[in-house]
Amino acid sequence: MAEIEIRNVYKIFGQNTAQTIELAKQGLDKATILAKTGSNMGLADVSLKVASGRIFVIMGLSGSGKSTLVRHLNRLIEPSSGEILFDGQNILTLNPRDLRAFRMRRVSMVFQSFGLMPHYTVLQNAGYGLTVRGEPHAQVRDIAMKWIETVGLKGYENKFPFELSGGMKQRVGLARALAADTDVILMDEAFSALDPLIRAEMQDQLIELQRTLAKTIVFITHDLDEALRIGSEIAILRDGRLVQVDTPGAILRNPANDYVARFVQRHANHALAHD
Amino acid sequence: MFPESLQLSIRSPINDWVEAVVINHGATFKAISNAILQVVLLVESVLRGLPWWTVIIVFVALAWASTRKIVFCAIVGVMMVAVGVLGLWDLTMQTLALMLVATLVSVLIGLPIGILCAKNRIARTITLPVLDVMQTMPSFVYLIPVLMLFGLGKVPAILATVVYAVPPLIRLTDLGIRQVDAEVVEAATAFGTAPARLLFGVELPLATPTIMAGLNQTVMMALSMVVVASMIGARGLGEQVLNGIQTLDVGRGLEAGIGIVILAIVLDRIMQGFGRSRLEEARNG
Repeated sequence: MAEIEIRNVYKIFGQNTAQTIELAKQGLDKATILAKTGSNMGLADVSLKVASGRIFVIMGLSGSGKSTLVRHLNRLIEPSSGEILFDGQNILTLNPRDLRAFRMRRVSMVFQSFGLMPHYTVLQNAGYGLTVRGEPHAQVRDIAMKWIETVGLKGYENKFPFELSGGMKQRVGLARALAADTDVILMDEAFSALDPLIRAEMQDQLIELQRTLAKTIVFITHDLDEALRIGSEIAILRDGRLVQVDTPGAILRNPANDYVARFVQRHANHALAHD
Repeated sequence: MFPESLQLSIRSPINDWVEAVVINHGATFKAISNAILQVVLLVESVLRGLPWWTVIIVFVALAWASTRKIVFCAIVGVMMVAVGVLGLWDLTMQTLALMLVATLVSVLIGLPIGILCAKNRIARTITLPVLDVMQTMPSFVYLIPVLMLFGLGKVPAILATVVYAVPPLIRLTDLGIRQVDAEVVEAATAFGTAPARLLFGVELPLATPTIMAGLNQTVMMALSMVVVASMIGARGLGEQVLNGIQTLDVGRGLEAGIGIVILAIVLDRIMQGFGRSRLEEARNG
């Protein structure tokens, strides 16, 4: 089981990284820093702990740095400074070979626009992680088939992605991540491209899977309802800074500041209207 | 008038340099030249040695494999027979052999450079202007040094053709790889795909339609060079056109011209068929 810890991570897009980090440390906001240095502050002083076996939701509006943050966890993006620990091991020190092994065995990912290989069938896509890992062909087939059935795509295994609807494609993306059988699954706005009904269905399926498999899931979303529904803990990001990390109940009851309060307000009104 | 004191001639240093290269590295060029010549002779002897109907069957089979359309196969067959009827069979096979080898050399050079450009910004910054020069420099300009280095004959003709024909392949290989969906590449990386596997398993297969379009351009440009190439000793249809011009024999020139056009159309359509992958066809209904 994996516990993830992020310590004081800064990410600067642009030149003069060191100088920009200094400004960020002084507490200047994103817009001011961009005006002063021309560099974009992606993340500033983000520290958080993700407990193992839970769904941890990172929430924020677009541009808040949530997709950037999740890509730090498998080093698709390298931080400008800070540490990222998996079970106490700093993954930033991994060399390319070890990093590949880490990505193959410890962490998999589901993408917003699916990221399926258009030239592979559903079965080949679902088994991709295993194929890359070098598992024997027959085994890849069996495992991929099992997960295709679990996500409800039996009968579609020989179709190509372009023959599937959005919801089906994302099920393939989910099957691919689950088949890799990693402790951690990163989901970057995995359900945002889906229509509301399919979305609710996928959320239920995810909660159900989580209950049986006890994976550590880091889930990115811009939708508070989604966050409250599936998250056991929610981190709220704004302009690259962490605003609040808490359980859904605590965030609703004690918003850390006006920004979160406004976020939550709408949800509260919404909930009242339904009562 | 531009003041003479500010004028600088690069003519004689370049002449000296080329001469030095010819004298000092003659053996190297001879070796390269021989290797290419062997390949050309082999291809040519195969194409000219085969019975004419075998070649036509091969062309029709390729047409079928690429498009699965009977009408197109029939047209290809008729056009190839027409080449024979016009008495151009042997010349066409010579031209075809030259073009095939030029294309092969272009692929061997163009594909790796194209991949390098897609992966490395510095390489691309350097290569693109060089390609512009290669495409706009009048071919006669580099025919002269090529002649000095390799002598008259098939090999210099092929090399001159490659200089002219390789740029589109490089450009479109570069473009094709860079156009591969970033999220697909990201997904492959996220699952621990090694760079070589990423290139051969994901990027090249997805870039294939674009690369095939580049290869098609390369073949067409190689064909358009046959007349120029005949001036430095390439035999075939181009030589016939040249003879036609020199003797004011319009009919002869036109005959050979028709042969070139037929070859171009047949190759172009077959290659376009292969460029459209089965997958894409299925997608478009």
